Amino acid sequence: MEGKAINNTTFRDRCRAFCSHPMALVEFLLVHLGAILTGGVVLLLVGYILITGIPNLTPSLFAWKFTTDNQSMMPALVNTLCMTVLTLLMAAPIGIFSAIYLAEYAKRGNKLVKVVRLAAETLSGIPSIVYGLFGFMFFNIAAHWGFSMLAGCMTLAIMVLPLILRTTEEALMSVPDSYREGSFGLGAGKLRTVFRIILPSAMPGILSGIILAIGRIVGESAALIFTSGSGKENLTFIGQDGSFNLFAPLFQSTRTLSVHMYNLMSEGLHTKEAQATAVVLLVLVLVINAGSSFLAKKLTKGKENG
Amino acid sequence: MAKFKETAMRYVFLLAACVSIACVALICVYLLGNGIPTIGEIGLDNFFGKVWRPGQDLYGIFPFIIGSIYVTAGAIVVGVPIGLLTAIYLAYFCPKGVYRVLNPAVRLMAGIPSIIYGFFGLMVIVPLIQDLTGTSGKSWLTASLLLGIMILPTIIGTAEPAIRAVPRSYYEGALALGATHERSTFTAVVPAAKSGVMSGVILGIGRAIGETMAVIMIAGNQTRMPGGLLDGLRTMTSNIVLEMGYSTGLHRRALIATGVVLFVFILIINTCFSLMKRKEA
Repeated sequence: MEGKAINNTTFRDRCRAFCSHPMALVEFLLVHLGAILTGGVVLLLVGYILITGIPNLTPSLFAWKFTTDNQSMMPALVNTLCMTVLTLLMAAPIGIFSAIYLAEYAKRGNKLVKVVRLAAETLSGIPSIVYGLFGFMFFNIAAHWGFSMLAGCMTLAIMVLPLILRTTEEALMSVPDSYREGSFGLGAGKLRTVFRIILPSAMPGILSGIILAIGRIVGESAALIFTSGSGKENLTFIGQDGSFNLFAPLFQSTRTLSVHMYNLMSEGLHTKEAQATAVVLLVLVLVINAGSSFLAKKLTKGKENG
Repeated sequence: MAKFKETAMRYVFLLAACVSIACVALICVYLLGNGIPTIGEIGLDNFFGKVWRPGQDLYGIFPFIIGSIYVTAGAIVVGVPIGLLTAIYLAYFCPKGVYRVLNPAVRLMAGIPSIIYGFFGLMVIVPLIQDLTGTSGKSWLTASLLLGIMILPTIIGTAEPAIRAVPRSYYEGALALGATHERSTFTAVVPAAKSGVMSGVILGIGRAIGETMAVIMIAGNQTRMPGGLLDGLRTMTSNIVLEMGYSTGLHRRALIATGVVLFVFILIINTCFSLMKRKEA
């Protein structure tokens, strides 16, 4: 036993400790059981989706046009992409600008800041079905848009706004004050400092928040069923009067991949197609997640160096 | 000119900051403004009654309120112990290599869309319960299991930082007094992280009660009062999605009012959460 560091425990030491403290053994086992259960569930979920889904990924599922025979997910994929871009176009500027106000302009102890934070917190706690109801009543009925892509995007934009706001604010706050002082010291105005100095150095954090928002948009279904509906057709620029109309797709009913999958499941006739769609959806989410944590890691690394 | 630009942008930023306040106000006004008159029109007795038969103008959502509470409670029973134990594992027991795998896995769980959870529940958990119990498999138990899984990342994500935030000296003090590693963690560190863990649980409750697409697939959706563990039930959220598509008139407004009741529940949970956080700070 000589020469052994006193904080090293051998297996036998642990056994002896467990014998005299049986609760410690119970706790040891419980903790590991919990971790194994969590890890097991993730493995089972991802494994099940991949193993059952991949054999069902046939080329006809990616046909450009949806028919009842092929149940193609291509229109839904394109719609998902369009809706993501459109939603971010609305939510990202507002979210980033309000974060700039909160982090750079508002004075300490500003009442408005508290109210905005409270509002953002409330928004992020509201379940998606309530957003769906609100969007349905406000955009579809009160604004007379009917089932339309625009209504879906507006609803989603409200939904992801608090997420973008919070991550951006955190990213802005993590920019060291010396950057601001340096910029002011060189004679730059506030606006120039914000756009040229602070935003670029906070970019990885902001992007990682935006990517998280993309993840939510791609996975959302409850908020969209009653706002953008479940149109299966490709987007078209031909308006109702048959002529070219740039805004026609905005007022077309569209389904995203998640809504597509919900429809496949609730019809109950297309299990194979649903399995294949699940794979595509899961892979999308995996890629989005990896991208977000890659950027987040980049941000923390930059902080250590600076 | 430059001065003008500075001031103008300042107001643009201010305006953007007000958008989220406006959204919350709009949602509150719209939902409550539509829902409360409807509840008045249906009548409190009828609306909070036990029978939901829109064809006969009976709009009792009491079974769905109970259903929502039941599934949420079930999810807490399943999810909180596992989540808390996993959080403790991640904070105090985990070798670095395992952490590098398990932590992203938990974060991935948070990102998986609820429709995929619902699909998994329908294809895996429902048949499993079917085989084990000989019932239809769509039940309170199934929904609780799946929702318990779904709230895991929420609970772990809040509890793990809370446990890590406990000063190291608590752990070291317990160790120095002769407690083992496990005993120190469980009796000195975890109780000190109580409020952080509680706010994780409250967030989990919020997520479970608002969950829609997964519950709809596996809870059975019967409109009667929820019975035992193996009976099906319907939650407020699934009631809205199931009937919104074909409803008209008062039926539709009753569904919106269901959403309002859900919204009020969420507001209460949110308030609890911010009170909890204030206490922590």
